[in-house]
Amino acid sequence: MRFSGLRVLWEGLTGNRGWEPHWRDPAPKSEYDVVIIGGGGHGLSTAYYLAREHGITNVAVLEKGYLGGGNVGRNTTIVRANYGLPGNSEFYSHSLKLWEGLEQELNYNVMMSQRGVLNLFHSDGQRDAFARRGNAMVNQGDDAILLDREGVRRLVPYLDFDNARFPVHGGLFHPRGGTARHDAVAWGYARGADRRGVDLIQNCEVTGIDIENGRVRGVQTTRGAIRAGKVGIVVAGRSSQVAAMAGMRLPIESHVLQAFVTEGLKPVIDHVVTFGMGHFYISQSDKGGLVFGGDIDMYASYAARGNLPAVEHVMEAGMTLMPMIGKARVLRSWGGIMDMSPDGSPIIDRTDVEGLYLNCGWNYGGFKAVPASGHCFAHLMATDRYHEAATGFRLDRFRTGYGIIDEEGTGAQHNLH
Amino acid sequence: MRIPCPICGERDRREFYYKGAAVALDRPGPDAGEAAWDAYVYLRENPAGRTRELWYHEGGCGAWLVVTRDTVSHEIFGAELAGEADV
Repeated sequence: MRFSGLRVLWEGLTGNRGWEPHWRDPAPKSEYDVVIIGGGGHGLSTAYYLAREHGITNVAVLEKGYLGGGNVGRNTTIVRANYGLPGNSEFYSHSLKLWEGLEQELNYNVMMSQRGVLNLFHSDGQRDAFARRGNAMVNQGDDAILLDREGVRRLVPYLDFDNARFPVHGGLFHPRGGTARHDAVAWGYARGADRRGVDLIQNCEVTGIDIENGRVRGVQTTRGAIRAGKVGIVVAGRSSQVAAMAGMRLPIESHVLQAFVTEGLKPVIDHVVTFGMGHFYISQSDKGGLVFGGDIDMYASYAARGNLPAVEHVMEAGMTLMPMIGKARVLRSWGGIMDMSPDGSPIIDRTDVEGLYLNCGWNYGGFKAVPASGHCFAHLMATDRYHEAATGFRLDRFRTGYGIIDEEGTGAQHNLH
Repeated sequence: MRIPCPICGERDRREFYYKGAAVALDRPGPDAGEAAWDAYVYLRENPAGRTRELWYHEGGCGAWLVVTRDTVSHEIFGAELAGEADV
């Protein structure tokens, strides 16, 4: 079934009786060439690109809950390529290019909206840092415009520019950044993978990883044993538990990150806007809700909900930056479990077990990475070579100290990112 | 979340700074080797359930505590002074 405007019109006129399920619901086979553990955004995009780019279609994606029920449906939907360090820059640049062609590629409306991401700065030092970052982005081939105060005012006149403590001095504008409909991204990749023969198996929790003589042989699941030539672990906040099944201990701590949405309002915030002096970033969904988030709660957690101090911090930061939202009523808040790495950057790598691959450490930035993460992980699993956009995400960089990608410059240590 | 400081009594989580897994108390020797230091600085069990963590009572008495806590329910089972805790 192909989506098109004509099809929508036709179905609308004929009672919408022609729509079909977007993917099959197969029972697991006893053996696959590749098993992907985790049916979130990264796992589904990995399966899609294995089939699309490498012709590997005898693939199963094993999901313990339902497809897209984890972090891909629990974020603030922001897409951007505004990183400053080698390792990250080329990767997120690659990801943004994939985003830009995603709807045509998948024949699926992911509501990609390049409304622009505006990072505000509030001091001279921060202006210098953002100028440097903007230059790094331009050098990478992406777009960045350093705006002065009046330039920011023209874009977003509603800020509290003269805040006594954190006046707005300007901003770094990234026009190609924006937002996408998070659920649709998971569904689009799921449908694309399924159409190419990938089995998407839900309610199937992996309970063990079979390893013989240093080589992966398959997995044990709640729906029986499945043999596999290669296995990829793509389970975000649960990475430590699944890796432990293969005898591995990871440089990962799981933390909860909260996000919030208000009641639907008329259009008021046209971009993605981030506060430079507190943890607060906001955009407005097409439905009208203000979607915003902050920092992690800053202690290890597997609860998909947060604590009130982080809520208070986010609300305070929002009110400091844009007091106009003070009367908007918050409808819902939620939490996702972030796989935090010591330097704040991800891991896409092999493991010491032959045929077992690892994709984790996305911290609070996994959503924008969904296309490139799957693209590069599929490349690694299919060819055993690193994709040129993901050569820096080595698992051993912490042990060796070589190739740390500390974007925030706070030190490669747990609890600092 | 409220943490029972052995010195100050039960206090709001906001008075405390979170360091991480209590593995930090078990510092290897300078010549313990790369693997031991990797395990100490970076590798974590990261359990979903009961765990022991280091918290610093920054807004109170300034003591380092070992807090036993559940990472799924956020229930806190107890806290002891780091200097008196078993490593």
